Amino acid sequence: MRPALNEIWVYLSTSPLLHLTLTVCAYLLGDWLFRRSGRRALFNPVLLAVLMLVAVLMLTNTSYQTYFAGAQFVHFLLGPATVALAVPLYFNFSKLRRLWLPLGVGLLAGCLTAALSAIGLAMLFDASAATTLALVPKSVTAPVAMGIVEKLGGPPSLTAILVVSTGIIGAVIGPALLDRLKISDPAVRGFAIGTTSHGIGTARAFQESEEAGAFSGLAMGLNALLSSLLIPVLLYLLGIA
Amino acid sequence: MLQSFAILLVFQLAGEACTQLLHLAVPGPVLGMALLFAAIALRPALGYAMRTTTGGLLQHLSMLFVPAGVGVMLHAGRLRDEWLAIVVAVVLGAVVTLAVTALTIRVLADRMPQQEAGEE
Repeated sequence: MRPALNEIWVYLSTSPLLHLTLTVCAYLLGDWLFRRSGRRALFNPVLLAVLMLVAVLMLTNTSYQTYFAGAQFVHFLLGPATVALAVPLYFNFSKLRRLWLPLGVGLLAGCLTAALSAIGLAMLFDASAATTLALVPKSVTAPVAMGIVEKLGGPPSLTAILVVSTGIIGAVIGPALLDRLKISDPAVRGFAIGTTSHGIGTARAFQESEEAGAFSGLAMGLNALLSSLLIPVLLYLLGIA
Repeated sequence: MLQSFAILLVFQLAGEACTQLLHLAVPGPVLGMALLFAAIALRPALGYAMRTTTGGLLQHLSMLFVPAGVGVMLHAGRLRDEWLAIVVAVVLGAVVTLAVTALTIRVLADRMPQQEAGEE
């Protein structure tokens, strides 16, 4: 019986199906735990799924490349999902038209704060040049942030992790921080979360309300646009890249 | 549902094609989102038709970040060496960015001529 089992494992572990299935199941389990915990911020489904998957991959001695061969099908959907943000945006457009000036200035302030705070804190704690570069676009949605860093000669895969971490942090502490700052308008809450925490923040904002989610998605898109224009200029002016 | 998904892919493709052809710094999907928004503004029926599918996709948006997140295992060494700088920059950076953005919007919105509540 033993050799047969082994053969099945060898077969499955090289097929994309296994890691695609594991990714979806780990997320569903993470989401179930999140809801069972009474939606406690620390039980963030992405965080739990990542921890579970890393543990499984390390225990089975599987490389990230092998894992990604299956997980890429989930990863790919980031593109269509970004396009899909146009729909809730359309249905919340009247409010956008009324608030465009405060939101525009807020976006500019947030975009600059994200980049400059990353550079300042990285320098303060003696981060290497590559790490500093990878930290700068961490509030920008993953595919765009990776593109920015790659163009500037930094490590894109490190950026991806910093982007996801920033997203999780924003989703975990964002709502509580906004409560403390007494920001109650769902449009403003969503926009601030999306500027800071891109898609993961947007997923969190959609749990608050469709309106918060729509504005978060809008902020994510606009921040991607603005950052891809501003960050290269900013780094050039600071003499970093 | 399949129609809506096809529309999303077509707009993403259009976005990617435009950014490549015109050498834009904007990512393809973001331009695709802008193009789809323009299309729905011209034909609102399109938005109503797609609403169910996009709602379903966006509800599970955070799952799509899991594969990138698992990439953490590629950088164990760097994370061990520079964990303090990374943790401080990520956590404090997120707090400051969130607060600055939200407070800027609120201060400016409060100064705008108020519209009567319950309009809309």
